[in-house]
Amino acid sequence: MLLTLKRAVIVTVLLWIMLALGFTFVLVGLGQVFFPYQANGSVVTVQGRPIAARHVGQYFGNRLQYFWGRPSATVSLTTGKPQPYNALNSAPSNEGPTNAVLLHDIQRRIARYLHTTPGLTVGQIPVSLVESSGSGLDPDITVQSALIQVPRVAKYTGLRPARLRQLVRSQVLPPDLGVFGPSRINVVLLNVALYQLLHPQSAAQ
Amino acid sequence: MTVSTVATWVVVIGGLLLLCKPVGIYLYRVFTFQPTLLDRPMKPLENGIFRVLHVTRDSNMSAVEYGVAFVLTNLVWGIMAYTLLRIQGILPFNPEHFGNLNAGLSFNTAASFVTNTNWQAYSGENTMSYFSQFAVLQFLQFVTPASGAAAGLAFVRGLSGRQLGNFFVDLTLVLTRVLLPLAVLFGLAFVALGVPDTLAPYLHVHTLAGQSQVIPRGPIAGWEAIEHLGQNGGGFTGANSANPLENPSALTNILQSLAMGLVPVAFFYMFGLFTGKKRLAWTLIAVAGTLFLTMLAMIYFPESAGNPIVNALGLSGHANMVGKELRFGMGGTSIFETSTMAFTTGSVASAQDSFLPISSLAFFLGMFLNMVFGGKGVGLLNMLMFVILTIFLMGLMVGRTPEFLGKKIEAKEVSLTSVAFLLHPLLILVGSALAVATPAGLAGVFNPGPHGLSEILYGFTSGAANNGSAMGGLGASLPFYELAIGIVMIIGRYASVVAMLLVGESLLHKKAVPQTSGTMRTDTPLFWGVLLGSIVILNALTFFPVMALGPLAEHYLLVAHHVFG
Repeated sequence: MLLTLKRAVIVTVLLWIMLALGFTFVLVGLGQVFFPYQANGSVVTVQGRPIAARHVGQYFGNRLQYFWGRPSATVSLTTGKPQPYNALNSAPSNEGPTNAVLLHDIQRRIARYLHTTPGLTVGQIPVSLVESSGSGLDPDITVQSALIQVPRVAKYTGLRPARLRQLVRSQVLPPDLGVFGPSRINVVLLNVALYQLLHPQSAAQ
Repeated sequence: MTVSTVATWVVVIGGLLLLCKPVGIYLYRVFTFQPTLLDRPMKPLENGIFRVLHVTRDSNMSAVEYGVAFVLTNLVWGIMAYTLLRIQGILPFNPEHFGNLNAGLSFNTAASFVTNTNWQAYSGENTMSYFSQFAVLQFLQFVTPASGAAAGLAFVRGLSGRQLGNFFVDLTLVLTRVLLPLAVLFGLAFVALGVPDTLAPYLHVHTLAGQSQVIPRGPIAGWEAIEHLGQNGGGFTGANSANPLENPSALTNILQSLAMGLVPVAFFYMFGLFTGKKRLAWTLIAVAGTLFLTMLAMIYFPESAGNPIVNALGLSGHANMVGKELRFGMGGTSIFETSTMAFTTGSVASAQDSFLPISSLAFFLGMFLNMVFGGKGVGLLNMLMFVILTIFLMGLMVGRTPEFLGKKIEAKEVSLTSVAFLLHPLLILVGSALAVATPAGLAGVFNPGPHGLSEILYGFTSGAANNGSAMGGLGASLPFYELAIGIVMIIGRYASVVAMLLVGESLLHKKAVPQTSGTMRTDTPLFWGVLLGSIVILNALTFFPVMALGPLAEHYLLVAHHVFG
């Protein structure tokens, strides 16, 4: 028993050196050498300033001139109050299918889209645009979700709807390797493209 | 069904089927000490470890010695994890300056990761330092599945008439020959596909919408690799593989699903090689495979059809996207969820709490059975437990002494197997009853109606099955659940493994009886049907009443558009 305990301790120390230290540092090293962009979080910069991580969604719902992403249920770490797209506290809403709050939240989001978007009807709104994501950080929306927002974005940016639809189409991400997953729009990248359209000097750099 | 769904399923399921034979052969060669490809780089390392430990490759232990070594080593890991989490604040690699964890959370987390459950009552990105992530929790995600696999190996050796082997040798070899090389490969693939892997601090950005956002980073890619290869399931962040930092694309989602199943399925084939009964191995793979496909259908079709109450609003499209990420597609989400419940990983790519009731039923099915391939080693143990019970029941029906692999199954084996079988419902039902009967337990419920009962049941089932996923609404960080589920995880892990080890040894010491025309064949389609039937009936008898009160009640209320306020 004592001998077994001694062996248990020794094997733990040896394996710890191999797996906790060796594996971690070797992989971090390989990642930094071969894939430095991805390994450091796929940072998106505008005019040399980091403004986002490519894969992590951001909140645009406070600005009418930007395209909005999916609803996010993340909350503030300090106050517990809603703080959409808080990457420090990734979480879903956890609302169950028969929970009245779920239905209420969806109806509230539909109302906001109808209220802010000229000419929009309920039947045009994709269900994923008014249901919150699993992480609260989903960067993507469907192509239709972006297109139905064009009238609003046009109204608040002054850009022509046709130009905006063209912009949306240029930002469509195809399925991985052509088949896996849906075609989609990364809202962060779409809004960066929109920003550069509005501020041509930022795109030049 | 979309092209994306079909392609995703073909790659994952086809990949597992194609790989199970070569990987199974490789495992068999490694654990019978035959030459393999990795001898040259790994042997010197292993020899060094064995020399320091004073063990040799061909040494053997009795079942009791093996069990003691298994439990003691796990105990050492538990104490180490608890201590390091308690003093996290003074340890290095803590760029975000996170403080020490309190006693309750440290106990729950240590118990959870040591038992390979990886239930998390915290969110990693705002609680754990990089050191705690990679040097404590990721370390445990390597060694605890390896120790489970070692126990499974000992049992298989016993069944095949061999000595049980040495725990420390098996533990080391599972790591150096299987998990470590695979983790490097998968880890590199994850970095290439966009998972961060760095020791740099969190990224602070100022967004175009005029807000600030702090984006966690860390050595995430390596974590993802071993999290899934070891059927661990502990997330680097709170949202686990739903978080784009951990699972950024449909491709990483496919790779994570594959990583979960790679070794457990091959373990079944390896069992066939050890016992010389490859047809039996394929029969068992067919039984688990049937259940796997059933779960996949139970998740994909209801979720694609959507929530009838939401559909009545008249939106465009009707899939249930609550708690799901867009980039995986419904096919990707459902294969990931099926894998995580079948292989008892417990990592999630979406919010379990927001799935429809029939999908929840599939989640429960995976955890109740705990042998739809299951975790490597342990899943096979549970499958063989059902095989022994089934053979015993069939023996009773025809009035013969039941035999398995040429050994008589008698009172001792059946008693031990029954203990292992009954322990699971005991932990789940008693734990849940306690929670429902006490204010402390009820305080943790998040969703109203029958869904609330499902949340409690899910918590205890996940703990007992060492799965680790949660219906996230449950107040897992309440002291009641930290303690109760912590205890359930520990008993669920060790008691059943030790009971099955004793069964293995008992069979080893029996004289072999020759196969006659009266021997029940275990490698036929008939046995596939009988085994599947007994598994379903035994579990339905145990769990149907409580399922009727939870997911089934919710399903019928949902169809009637009943909402709980």
